[in-house]
Amino acid sequence: MATVTGRPAAATEEARAAERRRRRRRSAWRRQLLALAFMSPWIIGFCAFFVYPVVSSLYFSFTKYDILTDPVWVGLDNYRFMFTSDGRFWTAVYNTAWVVAVIVPLQVAFGIATAMVLIRVKQGLGFYRTVFFLPTMVPLVAAALGFVYLLNPGGPVNAVLGFLHLPEPLWFRDPAWAKPGLALMALWMVGQTMIIFLAAMLDVPRQLYEAADLEGAGPLQRFRHVTLPMISPVIFFSVIIGVINGFRYFTEAYVVSKAGDWDNPVGSPQDSLLFYTSHLYNQGFEGFHMGYAAALSWVMFVVIMVCTLLLIRSSRRWVHYQGGFR
Amino acid sequence: MTAISTPGAGAAAMPRRQVPAAIRRRRRLLAIANHSVAIALSIMFLLPFVFIVSTALMTNQQMGSLSVWPRPFRWSNFTDLFEFFPFWRFAWNSLLYAGLGTVGVVLSGIPVAYALSRMRWRGRQASFVLLLSTLMLPVQVTIVPLYIIFVRLGWIGSLKPLIVPLFFGDAFTIFLLRQFFLTIPQELSDAARVDGANDLQILLRVIVPLAKPAIAAVALFNFLYCWNDFFSPLLYAGNNPDAWTLAISLQQLTQLSRGILANLQMAASILFTLPVLVIFFLAQKVFVEGVTLTGVKG
Repeated sequence: MATVTGRPAAATEEARAAERRRRRRRSAWRRQLLALAFMSPWIIGFCAFFVYPVVSSLYFSFTKYDILTDPVWVGLDNYRFMFTSDGRFWTAVYNTAWVVAVIVPLQVAFGIATAMVLIRVKQGLGFYRTVFFLPTMVPLVAAALGFVYLLNPGGPVNAVLGFLHLPEPLWFRDPAWAKPGLALMALWMVGQTMIIFLAAMLDVPRQLYEAADLEGAGPLQRFRHVTLPMISPVIFFSVIIGVINGFRYFTEAYVVSKAGDWDNPVGSPQDSLLFYTSHLYNQGFEGFHMGYAAALSWVMFVVIMVCTLLLIRSSRRWVHYQGGFR
Repeated sequence: MTAISTPGAGAAAMPRRQVPAAIRRRRRLLAIANHSVAIALSIMFLLPFVFIVSTALMTNQQMGSLSVWPRPFRWSNFTDLFEFFPFWRFAWNSLLYAGLGTVGVVLSGIPVAYALSRMRWRGRQASFVLLLSTLMLPVQVTIVPLYIIFVRLGWIGSLKPLIVPLFFGDAFTIFLLRQFFLTIPQELSDAARVDGANDLQILLRVIVPLAKPAIAAVALFNFLYCWNDFFSPLLYAGNNPDAWTLAISLQQLTQLSRGILANLQMAASILFTLPVLVIFFLAQKVFVEGVTLTGVKG
């Protein structure tokens, strides 16, 4: 009797456990499916607008393709041409490097300086912050057209320079002064960078400054040994964004080049404003050298990846994270 | 005694009275110095606005001269503009791109951000890393094949290539929303679950109402990004003037009407910028906090 009743009892126990396990597995499955359903817009978008383009861009970069006729496989020709025979490629690389090496550091330094001015002002902080931030809100196209007018050889800026008996450059008409003109515009639009630094500086604990005061540190030492280390994560962030934006640099240059005369080629005067993206745009969408443009975009992809990785590796040496990672 | 003690008491009292005065004076000087620097910078930031607005109000003759102040104020520059180009059609296109784009970005971003922050499932961490890696890459990396796809679909010369992809999630929006969703206490979701709510109900009735400030900031960023965007509209709609946005038309103004003068060009720039500045002043708090969120927590 005991064995007869015991066996079914054990069996049902086992069946119940199995049932529970199955149910748990099924609910895990359901949760997984639900999560994927929630994720689906991005999954579709990621495949259609990222994975597929990046992969097929690699394929196109080995072909000659003008959209009208089928792509023709040319092996490494595009890359060989780019590095050995395309002089404008190197001009574009030089100009882009100029943006990264001159404009980005200037903007970060100016952003820190303006944020320092703001934290020292006790009254009217809101007003000054709004004024400093305002230029950032102006759409790039409008800002670029505005600066074309401000910096035209007979325009307001040169009038002021003439009044002060300073040299009056031709700005966007002179290959040597075109990029400095764009740098001026970048400094005018420092607001975004400044706001981020301001927030970081306001987050620095007061006790650190008080401790520095007790140790007899002057304002410069306080800046060097307290402020700078404490805002270094934000400097790091700004530099990475700056490098990426250097590659993205296009709109200002395009508007400025075309503003002088409609028929001006992209990058004028004399290719001094030919940036990496300008060159890509020229090759791909004005000359319809799609294969070559794809090769240019792949080189860009690789360089950005390498730059970001290098910056992240170097950051361990100079970025100070308070209490762990960010 | 009194003669000796009085100066002694004075000497003791004097520093107490004098030091605050000196510090006060130093503080006042410092405040004045700080304000002068801030005012000088303010003037530098505002001067371009002044020049542009005053030019927009000048007559053609006055522009050649060196005077700064318009004499007379020519307000009709702003109405003359409409004869040069179909301003309202371009404004409508900009509004379509920015409006529909924002709707798409927000609608597609919310569920993805929820799955990435408040659901447990396999592959969540990997998906997030992939999302972050796409955040780093500029659009230029993928434009060649995308352009080819849109050519095959017959979408070039319309706003579709600009708007449709935005309904499939934007990495930056998802990232910001996820960061915000993570700050909402888990107990709120748990309580709703005990009451029998499923994930969709939790998202719509608990998370979305609490995340309104973040959603507003994200919507604002996207609207302005689309409104200001130049590269994508130039690429996909540049060949068809019917599909131009204001940003494109503004740049093409010199071609549309050869010899258009700077005063009208500046007036057009002002009309293009004005909505952005109005939005900025109305939503300044959302804005500055949003930018801070991107920088510090990013």
